Amino acid sequence: MSAHGILGYAAYLPRHRVQLSEVGATLGIAGGRGARVVASFDEDSTTMGVEAAAALLRTHPAAPGSVYFATTSPAYFDKTNASAIHAALGLPAEVFAADLAGSARSGIAAWRAAAATGGLAVLSDVRTGRPASPDERGGGDGAAAFLFGDPAVAIAEIIAESSVTTEILDRWRTPGEAAGGQWEERFGLEVYLPLVKRAAATVLASANLERADHVVLVSPNSGVVKQGPKAVTGTVSTTVSPVGHAGTADAGLGLADALDRAAPGETILVLSAADGCDAVLLRTTGRIADSRQASPVAEQLTDGIDVPYATYLSWRGWLEREPPRRPEPDRPAGPPSARSARWKFSFTGSACRRCGFVHLPPSRVCKKCASVDEMDRRSLAAAQGSVATYTVDRLAFSPSPPLIDAVVDFDGGGRYTLEVADAEPARLAVGTRVGLTFRRLYTAGGVHNYFWKARVLGGAPEGAERSTAGAGGRV
Amino acid sequence: MSSKGIRDRVAVVGMGCTRFGEHWDRSAEDLLVDATQEAFLATPGIRRSDVDAYWLGTLGSGQSGLTLSKALSLDYKPVTRVENYCATGSEAFRNACYAVASGAYDRVMAVGVEKLKDSGFSGLLRSDPPSDGTAAELSLTAPAAFSLLDPAYCARYGVDPADMRAAMTHVAWKNHANGARNPKAQFRSGVTKEKVEKAPKVAGRLGVFDCSGVSDGAAAALIVRAEDALDYTDRPMYVKGLALAAGPALGASDPEYDYTTFPEVVRSARDAFSQAGVTDPRHEISLAEVHDCFTPTELVLMEDLGFAERGQAWKDILDGAFELGGRLPVNPDGGLKSFGHPVGASGLRMLYECWLQFRGEAGQRQLADPRLGLTHNLGGRPGSCVSFVSVVGAQLG
Repeated sequence: MSAHGILGYAAYLPRHRVQLSEVGATLGIAGGRGARVVASFDEDSTTMGVEAAAALLRTHPAAPGSVYFATTSPAYFDKTNASAIHAALGLPAEVFAADLAGSARSGIAAWRAAAATGGLAVLSDVRTGRPASPDERGGGDGAAAFLFGDPAVAIAEIIAESSVTTEILDRWRTPGEAAGGQWEERFGLEVYLPLVKRAAATVLASANLERADHVVLVSPNSGVVKQGPKAVTGTVSTTVSPVGHAGTADAGLGLADALDRAAPGETILVLSAADGCDAVLLRTTGRIADSRQASPVAEQLTDGIDVPYATYLSWRGWLEREPPRRPEPDRPAGPPSARSARWKFSFTGSACRRCGFVHLPPSRVCKKCASVDEMDRRSLAAAQGSVATYTVDRLAFSPSPPLIDAVVDFDGGGRYTLEVADAEPARLAVGTRVGLTFRRLYTAGGVHNYFWKARVLGGAPEGAERSTAGAGGRV
Repeated sequence: MSSKGIRDRVAVVGMGCTRFGEHWDRSAEDLLVDATQEAFLATPGIRRSDVDAYWLGTLGSGQSGLTLSKALSLDYKPVTRVENYCATGSEAFRNACYAVASGAYDRVMAVGVEKLKDSGFSGLLRSDPPSDGTAAELSLTAPAAFSLLDPAYCARYGVDPADMRAAMTHVAWKNHANGARNPKAQFRSGVTKEKVEKAPKVAGRLGVFDCSGVSDGAAAALIVRAEDALDYTDRPMYVKGLALAAGPALGASDPEYDYTTFPEVVRSARDAFSQAGVTDPRHEISLAEVHDCFTPTELVLMEDLGFAERGQAWKDILDGAFELGGRLPVNPDGGLKSFGHPVGASGLRMLYECWLQFRGEAGQRQLADPRLGLTHNLGGRPGSCVSFVSVVGAQLG
C-alpha cells in the first residue's frame, strides 16, 4: 500500500457544449449524437487546472507539499505553467511546482509524483482536432485535481499500481501542430488490449482480488474505449471517460466520477492505456461519504450552455473572424506582472487597518481615510459579490466579442470592474450574485494575460434550456 | 476649500477653430496652422511674434512643445504641451490663463489639436504604460464605461428604461439639431428620434447616435491681461473662474458610488461658481457647453452642474429645458455629439462657442443677450475621471 492516500479530489468541466448534430450539419457529415464539452475562448489547461485545484483546496485548506501539473496542451513552453497555478492558489513559495507535459501518460506521471510526495496532482487539457476529425467529435476538455497525504485521513487508499510500456505509433503530434495524427484504431486496439488485461491482472492479483467493484478505463485509442470495458469489468460499474478523450485529464475525470459514486470500502480499478498501460487500484474509506467533491462530474455534465459550432471553431483558431475595428491590446509586461503577482494571480487587494476600506487592486494610500502604508493583504479570490451595474461592449477588442463587463461589489467590502465569464447577458441584472474564476483575458505578443473574471452563481434560470453532453459516458 | 481664482484678470481677445470632421487631407500640423491663423487674422493687434508663450493641448497627436513650435515655425518661444485625457484642451487654456494672471506674460496662446482619423480604428485609442494587464479600462471602451450610467440611473431613481431611452434620444436629437445650424460642426444635419433609436448598438443601450463624433480638428485662443483686452477687440471674453478636479478614482473602488453622478464634476463646478461669484447657476448661466461624450453623460451632467434636481434631469430634458429656445441652452453649437470630439481641441471649441455667442456671431444659433457661459470638459470615465469647469463672461464685473 502506498505511503499516501487520496485526501480529496475535484473535477472541472467547462460550461460550453458543441452539439454534434450541428457539426454534422455544418460539415455535411454524420456528426453523431450528443454534445462535446468544450473549454471557452478564455480557458486553457492552466485556468481549468486552477478551477479544479481551487475547488479541491476550498474543502482541504492545508497547503499541498508539491504541485505536479500535467497536460498535452501547455499554455507555455520554456516557462512553467504550474507556477501560474501555484500563484492562483496562493500557495507558499516553498511548495515545489512543475509541469509534466506531452502525452496522456503525463497525467499518470503527475499522479505518481504527487502521490509519492503528498502533493497535488493537477491534470488538465484542452483537446482539439481539425474540423470533422475524430478528436473534434470524440474528445473533451476538462481538468481534475487530486490531493495526496496521510492514509489515516484519506478518502481512498492506493492498494496497488502496475505499468507496462510499449513503443507504438498510435497517436502523435509534432511540436507546433494544432492537430495530431492517429493510426487506424484497430492497430492500437490489437496492441493495447493485451496490455490492459495484463496490467489489470497484475494489480488485482497483488490485492488478491478477482474483480474490482468499479472499473474506469480510458485511452486515447477509441477502439480500446469501445472494446476494453468488455474485457475488464467491475462488479458495480464499468465506465470510460465521462467526456470523451481528455488527454491527461482523462483518467482523472473518470476516477473523479467513480469517487462521486463509490460506497465506502469499495475498490476502484483505473486503467489508462496510452503508450503502454497503467493500472491503479484504490479502495475507498469510510471518509468518502462526507468528502466527495461539491459538484459531481455527472452534475457538471448536465449544466452546459450551447455554443454555435462556428464560434467554437473561431475560439480554437480553425476559423479566423474579422475583429472589431480596434487595436489589439498590449502584451502584459513582465516586471509589473511580477510586482503585482498577488493581485493578478490570487486577486489579493489591501484592507485599511484604520478604516477598513478594501482596495482592489491593493493601494498604499487609503482612498477613504488617506492613511499611508497601513494596509493588510486580503485575497478575495474565493469571495462572492453582487453586480452593481454592467454593460455589453460591442466595440471592445475581445477574442470572442462582445465583451461583457460588470462592476462587482464584494461581500465584506471591495469593488472591481471585471469581465463576465461564460456570460449569458439575459442572466445579468443589477444585484446578480457572482463569484470569481481564473481566466485568460487574451493573448498578445505571445504572452497570455491571466486574470480573474466574474461568473454568475447558481444553476440554470427557470425555463432555460440546458445542454447535456454525451460524447463519453458510462457503458 | 476652493481656489482663489483669477476672476476678471484675464481675457480672450481672439479665437480660431477649424471645422471638425474627417480631414483626410489635413495633418495635425495643418490643423494647428489653420486654427491659429484664424485667431491671428481676427486679432490684428497681435502678431505671432507678439505672443510670449504657448500652451498646446493634445492627447496623442504629438509630443512636447515641438509639435506646435515646428508647425508654426516659432521663434524659440516657450511651448508647454499638456495632457489631461479628454479635458486636455481646457487644461491648455487654464494654464495659459494662469500664466498671464501671474504677471509672467502679457500675451499667450492656448491651442488644442487632435488628429484621430489617421489611426484606422473606431473610437479613441489608449496610450498606456506597460502594465500587468488587469485594469478594466484597458479593454472596456469609453462608450461601454459611460453606458454603465443608464441602468444605474434607472435603478436609483426608479425611472422607466423607456423614459430614460427617450431622454437619451432627446439629447442626441437636440445636439444634432443644434449642429445642423453650425457650419463648423462635423455633422450638419438633424436626425430623427427614430434614427437615433434604431442605430446599431455600440455598448449597453448606446447606439452609434448616442456617441460623440470621432473627428479631427483644432482650436486656439489668444489670452491677454483683462486691462489690455480692449486694445485688441471691443468685445473680449472675460475669464470668471477655472476649476479642475482630479478624483482619487474612488468610485471605481467604492461600493457606495452608484454610477449616477460624477463627484469630480460636482467639485469642479462648485469651485468654478465660487470663483465666479455665481450662486444660482440655473438662472445666472446663459449657455452651457458640456461634455456630452455620450447621451447619458449630458443627462447626469445637468444634475451635477446644478441645472436640474437630482433624479429630474430626464424630465427637464424631455420638457425641452436645454434646447436652443429652452430655459438654459446646452450645447448650442452641437456639442461633442454633433460638432465632433477631437480630444485636445474640444475644451477650446466649447469656449469658441461662448466667444461667438457673446460677440453675436453665432449665426442661426445666436442666443439673445448671453452674459455668462459655462464650459465643462470631462476626462476619464464614471468612477475615475478629471473634470474641468469654466465660467466666462461678456463683461467685466
